[in-house]
Amino acid sequence: MSSSTKLRTEEMLLNVGPQHPSTHGVFRLIVKIDGETITEAIPVIGYLHRGTEKLAEDLNYTQIIPYTDRMDYIAAMTNNYMMVHTVETLMGLEIPERAEYLRVIVMELQRVASHLLWFGTYLLDLGALSPLLYAFADREKILAFFNELCGARLTYNYMRVGGVKWDAPEGWIEKVKEFVPYMRKQINDYHKLVTGNEVVINRLTGIGVITQEDAINYSLSGVQLRSTGMAWDLRKDAPYSIYDRFKFEVPTETAGDCFARYKIRFREMQESLNIVEQALEQFPKEGEIMAKVPRVLRTPQGEAFTRIEAPRGEIGCYISSNGKDKPYRIKFRRPSFANLQVLPKLVKGQNIADMVAILGSIDIVLGEVDG
Amino acid sequence: MSEEKKKPTPEEKAKAAAAAKAAAEAKRKRMEAGAAQSAQGDASAEAPSNTSEAGTEDIAKAKADAAAKAKAAAAAAKAKAAGETGGDADAKAKAAAAAKAKAQGATGGDDAKAKAAAAAKAKAQGATGGDDAKAKAAAAAKAKAAAAAAAKAKATGGATGAEAEEPKKPSPKQPVLDKIVKVITEKFGTDVLEDSYINELSEHIPTLIVKREKWHEVARFMHDHEELAFDYLSLSLGVDYETYMESLVYLYSYKHRNNVCVKVKVDRDNAKVSSVMDIWAGADWFERETYDLLGITYEGHANMKRILLPDTWVGHPLRKDYVQYDEEV
Repeated sequence: MSSSTKLRTEEMLLNVGPQHPSTHGVFRLIVKIDGETITEAIPVIGYLHRGTEKLAEDLNYTQIIPYTDRMDYIAAMTNNYMMVHTVETLMGLEIPERAEYLRVIVMELQRVASHLLWFGTYLLDLGALSPLLYAFADREKILAFFNELCGARLTYNYMRVGGVKWDAPEGWIEKVKEFVPYMRKQINDYHKLVTGNEVVINRLTGIGVITQEDAINYSLSGVQLRSTGMAWDLRKDAPYSIYDRFKFEVPTETAGDCFARYKIRFREMQESLNIVEQALEQFPKEGEIMAKVPRVLRTPQGEAFTRIEAPRGEIGCYISSNGKDKPYRIKFRRPSFANLQVLPKLVKGQNIADMVAILGSIDIVLGEVDG
Repeated sequence: MSEEKKKPTPEEKAKAAAAAKAAAEAKRKRMEAGAAQSAQGDASAEAPSNTSEAGTEDIAKAKADAAAKAKAAAAAAKAKAAGETGGDADAKAKAAAAAKAKAQGATGGDDAKAKAAAAAKAKAQGATGGDDAKAKAAAAAKAKAAAAAAAKAKATGGATGAEAEEPKKPSPKQPVLDKIVKVITEKFGTDVLEDSYINELSEHIPTLIVKREKWHEVARFMHDHEELAFDYLSLSLGVDYETYMESLVYLYSYKHRNNVCVKVKVDRDNAKVSSVMDIWAGADWFERETYDLLGITYEGHANMKRILLPDTWVGHPLRKDYVQYDEEV
């Protein structure tokens, strides 16, 4: 829209969502556009708010775990861990080795599954249908592993305060071992097929750029932060569980745009597979999967906040306890919620056609945004 | 029906307190009776003291008692100094129970433990602490009771398997806390901080309680000052403690790799606190969420509206006295 040709434009309000496939759930965005340029975007959330924090105040700690599944339902394993980790920190529990390894294996497989789903749907947003079919086929293989382990494909309810609920069934470890090289090859193939595609490069480069300073100021974490050149990963920089035993890289890019986030997620899948491979090698032949915990879990009086690295960024749980078996107050730091608030800044001044590409690159899950 | 559970009346509280007290008394009597039977054969401990009771056994007992008392008294004084009032009976009972349980864990010297527990209990009940102070009193009483029990066990020569706990080591994060407090008090004087301590339950995070009126200035300072440089806001939330509310932020400094938790106490009926959205842009939605669910108004926030619930919603659900509004009632 060149300004020399005095074309009269009017501001137009465009309502996107809450029922729109590219919003990945029930997310509504009120966009003001001038011609094709976005002048303002106002996110409206809360359509999936279920009051998890309120409900949890009347539940004991074991009962809360399935509720965490339903926040980030794309990566429920990390959510499980986020909650039990805080309770374990409060209680000062020692977790058996075998349980820790099982946890790390499922959490890293979960990261791969989550990024695969992002990869498929993101390219679908951009107009490419086939990557979705491939990505979902491979993701399904990981979900089948989880299904075998705990009987659910998405809402696992797998972890417990003190360990995990189920031990690996016979042959499971071997199957995962075989899966790792296969998945590595698949990711390489996707990379070759899609990343170099001219359309993809043109649509993602220089779009939705954020500087490192802004990323920190806006409380962004995870891939969003790493795409600005900040090598920050809680698995590496504040290791929890047994992450200090594994060798892995923290992929970073410096451009801070959608393409940077795209490339980082691809490399993160490879790094997660590296961790899974190492964990499978070190996996203890036998041992307990649950620490000795009392039948009724009571946390000592006081409060704790712990944070871990989820596929979508820094996820954390705050518990204020009054010594009972239920939390006095529980609060989840939900990375999608924190990351989404930068969206109006990212889309301002951009072309309307790029809005979906920018939203997709943040990788939100509405169950988590709305809590 | 859950309302009754949420709002214990003063009578109920008093009743609970009395019950807890009676239980502790009974326990103490039982312990002493048991001790009277078995206290004979113990070897003598060092006895520099002044009690008129006969036997070294009793002197050692009295010493342990006095030690626990002194510690609990210190904790109580601290609670008072913090100017906190109120608190529920079961928390206090918990402090006593913790001390008791710990004492029972070690072998030998039953009577000293019982005394220590009872003393800690008595003092804890005397204290009028808020939750933090109570937690601290519990921890202190526990540590002291354990130490006393261990010392006693050693004195009686029956220290089989009793692990003599070391006096509590200073937290590894203590220097971090000291530095933060020093930098802040150099700028603002000592009265902006109501309290500062290490929260050992939460991975030893340094914790500050800042005066509500000064919070915005202190926040700006903590963000900008290069020795603090808390550039990242990890989480902002509120908690309703029934007599008051707390607004908390968890901050992180990527430069110094330190984290800190800062609390601001907020009046419950006039819940207002400065917004820090202009300092950390990421506080925007967190503060709106806290306003929505807890009713803490963040002054200076650019868009202080509900975020998760509909604009027409009545009340703030995470308040402990929340009753859902129903048009038909």
